[in-house]
Amino acid sequence: MEGNQKHPLQKLMDNPWLLLALGLLIPILSYTAWGWYQIVNMAKALLP
Amino acid sequence: MGNFLEGRYRTCNTTGLPVCLDAQFFIRAHAVAAVVFFLIGAIAALLIALTRWQAVHLLSAMWFYRVLTLHGLNMLIFWIISFEIAILYFAGTSLLNTRLFSRKVAWVAYILMVVGALMVDYIVLIGKGDVLMTSYVPLKAHPLFYLGIILFAVGTLTAVFNFFATIYIAQRDKTYEGSMPLVAFGALAAAIIAVLTLLHGATVMIPSFLWSLGLIENIDAGWYRLVWWGLGHPSQQINVAAMVAVWYFLATLTTGAKPLNETVCRVAFVFYILFINLASAHHLLVDPGLNASWKIWNTSYAMYLAVLASMIHGFTVPASIEVAQRLKGFTRGIFNWLTSAPWSDPGFSSMFMSIVIFGFIGGITGVTIGTEQINIIAHNTLRVPGHFHATVVGGTTLAFMGLTYYVVPLIFQRDFYFKGLARIQPYIFASGVVLLSIGMSFAGSYGVPRRHWDVNFTGAPLSAGFDAAAHFMLGLLGIGGILAFTGALIFILLVVAAVFFGKSLAGQPFSGWQPAEKFKLSMEIFARKKDEKFEEIAHKVPGTVVLVFVLLVSFMVYYFANWKALADVWYVR
Repeated sequence: MEGNQKHPLQKLMDNPWLLLALGLLIPILSYTAWGWYQIVNMAKALLP
Repeated sequence: MGNFLEGRYRTCNTTGLPVCLDAQFFIRAHAVAAVVFFLIGAIAALLIALTRWQAVHLLSAMWFYRVLTLHGLNMLIFWIISFEIAILYFAGTSLLNTRLFSRKVAWVAYILMVVGALMVDYIVLIGKGDVLMTSYVPLKAHPLFYLGIILFAVGTLTAVFNFFATIYIAQRDKTYEGSMPLVAFGALAAAIIAVLTLLHGATVMIPSFLWSLGLIENIDAGWYRLVWWGLGHPSQQINVAAMVAVWYFLATLTTGAKPLNETVCRVAFVFYILFINLASAHHLLVDPGLNASWKIWNTSYAMYLAVLASMIHGFTVPASIEVAQRLKGFTRGIFNWLTSAPWSDPGFSSMFMSIVIFGFIGGITGVTIGTEQINIIAHNTLRVPGHFHATVVGGTTLAFMGLTYYVVPLIFQRDFYFKGLARIQPYIFASGVVLLSIGMSFAGSYGVPRRHWDVNFTGAPLSAGFDAAAHFMLGLLGIGGILAFTGALIFILLVVAAVFFGKSLAGQPFSGWQPAEKFKLSMEIFARKKDEKFEEIAHKVPGTVVLVFVLLVSFMVYYFANWKALADVWYVR
């Protein structure tokens, strides 16, 4: 399939800039931002 | 058509690919730098192996940790990433039929990378950076240690920018038709992962640099570990993507293999781009600051999509070789295609052994010890380096060695001396790495810790240490290390002799590793259209299917054994 008839997945694979954006966004949200949020919001340890 | 500047390109006499002369210069420069860092890392590797081999115990404690720092940084960062930039420049120009975006940008990147790496090595060798590769806070190194890493990272990011800009001008000038070639797509995946890696590197190393200067009072250890592993593990995922691209390239060059289904292979690379970096969480599975949801999501549900990608590549590369070999007439039995493969071609043997070691040792151990529950019995033991020496050394480094056996004649246009030695070098290196990895993995299974100078705990007030079986495995590690070092040294000497003193191959085709008629046949098979016969054979790859099931059974046995070992930790009735 050519041009407009390309499968959406093929369109994604032919677009390096969109891949770059998603390749940054997904790990940053899933790993970095979520982990960072947990560390920042960690409750202080109580004294024994 | 290509957009090369007048007089600034040539056509490869062997492959027929266009070669941008600017790119060629920097491919050579980065490859030479890579081999120098590899030599430094290899010498350090030998010294470490001879220290962990408790019967030899070569280095003092101080020098052990110093050399371990040197080894980690040179092998995992400087050697591999320098070589990967060479791959990006090649894939971005020759495979996309375009010129390199900018020679000046390439110079800036190269100088930053080399200066940064040398700065780090100098600081470590003078004893001002005994902080291991991870440089976990509150361990503090000299400011130039952090600055060197920042310079290397910025240099790499600059080179990656040059690669993306090269893709941009290729698209703008329509230098290729349709989708990007698969090998170039693999290089793109590596470049995207590199951007993420280097952003994390900057986020963690710039505050560390300021902290080492006394400008920041404190860095949270949990935060540091989280962000540092966004650098540390993805830097190895750049390797994985680049290594797989090299597998496809070498499979084509040495056997005429053509991917069975490019779309499936591309989807696998997309899985790498989107999900493989979540694997960083494996290093934090025992960190108390992160909850189970975060750990399980990042190390299983999402990460297994990247594992699936590796299994797709691990199937399609041998399957495409099987199809190419069967098209050549090697159709007898299940494995005639494999036994008739060009095993004396170091490009082929390196590539195939890289797939086997990566899959059977690196893959199986990685998925197992990356499981949250099992990780508790493997964390910080020698099983972890046992795993990544199989992936990074047996997988990536071996594949890059195989590629070098073609880079030197095709890009440096120099012939090798001692070709007989070159043909056996991959076997020597691979045998050493296998022994090393198995020795580490099983010593780790006995509980032997990683990054430990003296597991006999000499002088401890209480009796401690490990039994004889663990020491046998440490001996295996030492012997494997010697063998792998021998293979590495042979490789380095062969490459240096060829690059600086080899006979010029300019203007003539290279057919050094296989008889000319065999190489020609492989290229004909590659150029052949996917006709009915191809499709018929492509749907029947019995040899590869058998190999897949051997892998599956091996994985099941190892995985079950580990759950059993975990169950034995707690006595439950």
